[in-house]
Amino acid sequence: MLKVEHVTKMFGGLAAVNDVSVEFETGKINAIIGPNGAGKSTFFNLISGLHQPSSGRILLDGVDVTNLPSDKVARLGVGRTFQTTNLFEQATVLDNLIVGHRLRTKSGLWDVLINSKRLQREEKAARDKAMEALEFVGLAHVAGQFIADITQEERKRVAFALALATDPKIVLLDEPAAGVNPEETVGFAALMRKMVDEKGLTVCLIEHKMDMIMSLADKIMVLDHGEKIAEGTAEEVRNNPVVIEAYLGGDEDAAA
Amino acid sequence: MFKVASLLMTPAAKYLMLAFAILFPLVAANEYQVYVMATAFVWAIAVYGLNIITGFCGQLNLAHGGFFAIGAYTLGLLTADYGWSFWPAFLGALVMTAVLGFLVGIVSLRLKEHYFAIFTLCVGFIIYLLIDKWEELTHGAIGVRDIAAPYGFGLVDFTDTTPFYYLVLAFLVLAIWFMGRLSKSLLGRTFIAIRNGDELAQSLGINLMRNKVLAFVLSTTYAGLAGALYAGMVRFIGPEEANINHTFDMITYLLVGGIGTIMGPLLGTVGIVWITQSLQFLEEYRMIIFGPLLVLLVIFFPRGITGSFLTWMHRKSQALAPTKKRQEKKVNTAQNREAESNA
Amino acid sequence: MSLFLQQIVNGLTLGSIYGLVALGLTLVYGILHIPNFAHGALYMVGAFMSYFFMVDLGAHYWIAMAGSAAVVAVLAILCERLVFHPLRHSPPIHDKIAAIGILLFLEAVVQMFWGSDFRRMSSPFTGIMNFDGLIIPEQRLLIIAGAFVLVVALQLFLRKTMTGATIIAMAQSWDGAFLVGIDANRVAMMTFAISGMLAAFAATLYAPINLVYPAMGHLVIMKAFVIIILGGMGSVPGAIAGGMIIGFAEALGGFYISTSYKDIIAFGLLVLILSVRPQGLFAKGAH
Repeated sequence: MLKVEHVTKMFGGLAAVNDVSVEFETGKINAIIGPNGAGKSTFFNLISGLHQPSSGRILLDGVDVTNLPSDKVARLGVGRTFQTTNLFEQATVLDNLIVGHRLRTKSGLWDVLINSKRLQREEKAARDKAMEALEFVGLAHVAGQFIADITQEERKRVAFALALATDPKIVLLDEPAAGVNPEETVGFAALMRKMVDEKGLTVCLIEHKMDMIMSLADKIMVLDHGEKIAEGTAEEVRNNPVVIEAYLGGDEDAAA
Repeated sequence: MFKVASLLMTPAAKYLMLAFAILFPLVAANEYQVYVMATAFVWAIAVYGLNIITGFCGQLNLAHGGFFAIGAYTLGLLTADYGWSFWPAFLGALVMTAVLGFLVGIVSLRLKEHYFAIFTLCVGFIIYLLIDKWEELTHGAIGVRDIAAPYGFGLVDFTDTTPFYYLVLAFLVLAIWFMGRLSKSLLGRTFIAIRNGDELAQSLGINLMRNKVLAFVLSTTYAGLAGALYAGMVRFIGPEEANINHTFDMITYLLVGGIGTIMGPLLGTVGIVWITQSLQFLEEYRMIIFGPLLVLLVIFFPRGITGSFLTWMHRKSQALAPTKKRQEKKVNTAQNREAESNA
Repeated sequence: MSLFLQQIVNGLTLGSIYGLVALGLTLVYGILHIPNFAHGALYMVGAFMSYFFMVDLGAHYWIAMAGSAAVVAVLAILCERLVFHPLRHSPPIHDKIAAIGILLFLEAVVQMFWGSDFRRMSSPFTGIMNFDGLIIPEQRLLIIAGAFVLVVALQLFLRKTMTGATIIAMAQSWDGAFLVGIDANRVAMMTFAISGMLAAFAATLYAPINLVYPAMGHLVIMKAFVIIILGGMGSVPGAIAGGMIIGFAEALGGFYISTSYKDIIAFGLLVLILSVRPQGLFAKGAH
């Protein structure tokens, strides 16, 4: 489904991501782990088109998306979340989500001026899509509340819903469980599983919470200093001496 | 109190305001008051434009006053120097500000945040310098005289204050109507998504450049419309129309009224114009009050009168159906935030 | 030839003033990531304070300059404490609007006390030096020398003192600074104070060959912005180099091309550069 071939990203002479090749299969949960500064977020930015790789290729279902801008990549079915999601605080949750389906609509200025049938149809579709995504993440009951009034955990779920409203094939989740308590973390793991099982999505996540990763991920890729040092199932990665070395020698917080 | 407030928010309130605006010339004490109100409406139209690019789209455009001046000068020069009659020149002013807005937009909107604000600050100043120095075209510091008034097709005489007031009111209603429709539409939501963050918007498949340029052109066209009306009303303009202080004034109106809201630009503009009018001593030193007011607003009420009011209304309506669960969640949020700041 | 040299001196003079103003602006930007639109107003207040001390109180030029620098430094610290500090977590548009609020306020206050007239402020250095046909007014020499001394002093402060080192550390990494236990508040106030002092020095040096009036900061601040974009936002050498570039471009452009359009040169340059390189001329990395 997503194939990354020898991708390198240089920032001012330094390789943030260095010659990484990996393949993510449809309907699997893939995790990217590694110490802070290992290039995980940069890797996401390369896939989603926010950054262009210095070299290498990225294929989505066989289509070369290497140098496409991120809005085009999103339209091809790559949804993503960020570590922090800025939303319109003084608007309702539902209002914030409606724009998620914008990329599947075509209405422009003229439609707004004449309030065209197409606009009305598309706005209804976008609203339905937003509601559906909200129900999927289990937040239908806060649809009418302001973003400013919902909890941290609910915000994270809203960010999921926003990505889901774009009708993605693959979702990239950047630290989905950061800053939530252990109980809620379990809830997020279940939600990701549900995205795969019920929607047939491919999930790719960056995470520091090892317990969650080990029990959830079908495949784990380990990055260190921009390079891929290991790849495989939880069991394989856990017992890989290179990985153990990287974690023991590196950041404490990543091992926590 | 809550009931009174919710009455204010019903659609009826808008018709009430419209009725008041229509009746205003009849209840005004003198013609001068009608003139002041018409001026306030003209500025309000320009502030609505600023609201599109800055309020919705989140890009602080400091050249807005410059585009107002371009609208005024286009109309002024076309009618005074080139013999056009008002309405064709009026259209010309709209086209001119839209085209120039497009050209400035495709260059300036590639820049992010601070760079965009600084760049447009400079663009605004270039506009002022050109108007001031390019004497062959603009008459420089002398200004443009003998600008045509709107042609009334033999039905009305727009050189009179009251008919002109109604003309401005009609354009204002049109401007607000479009703003209302825009804000609820997918296009308006797209602009707001860009305000929330460039990267997030892009990850939602939004083409940043195309949408920002569209918002920018809409905003400069609003400014051009206001400028053209202004020129048709005062019929004498000078380089001072492009003074950066006009942009700062408009930012103040927008902030006080409520940035990113529908009624904010109108309430802020009309409110402040009348306050400064009624307190004459304020005219020159009004910024001693409005400067700190701007600071206090962005610190304590960043969404101005209208925004704060809407938020308050919403909270009230949520509170009318209180659930225990919500309160628990509130506590939860506080704990979470604390935990996060400790982490 | 000597006409050309004359323009070089003019360029150096202008460049010195622009450089000093841009330095303050770039320091604040480097530390707090705020484009301080009120910086031009601080410059203007600096000129009026010197005017007040010299003309109204009869103080000596140097005393007036020191007094003005002290007042503006305090004013800048107040801006940081009362306005920018409370806004540090707000969306970036709020800082900018608040800065505009400060700018409007300061101009109105000055206008209330002194009116909007153009004023002259003469310094004791009214003589003219003649170097073999090249005529240089003393005040211009003073500007060039003064700017040089201030830049060297600032460099020494930034490189050799603990406080200076922390300012640089914070400019480079905001999070990292907290890790090594830097008092961010103190550094922020310090930076604003230095920035304000530089603006006051520049204004006092330039005022005797220019005019003093409430709107005098507008053009200068806009040019300073152009300069720090040219030189890279937050870069100290960039601000000085950018100041000189704009100073020379204006002096030579004003002389050889057109006096009435000389103010447009800086902005034209900016439009040109940003059209080609949206991240500035010497911008390094992502910020």
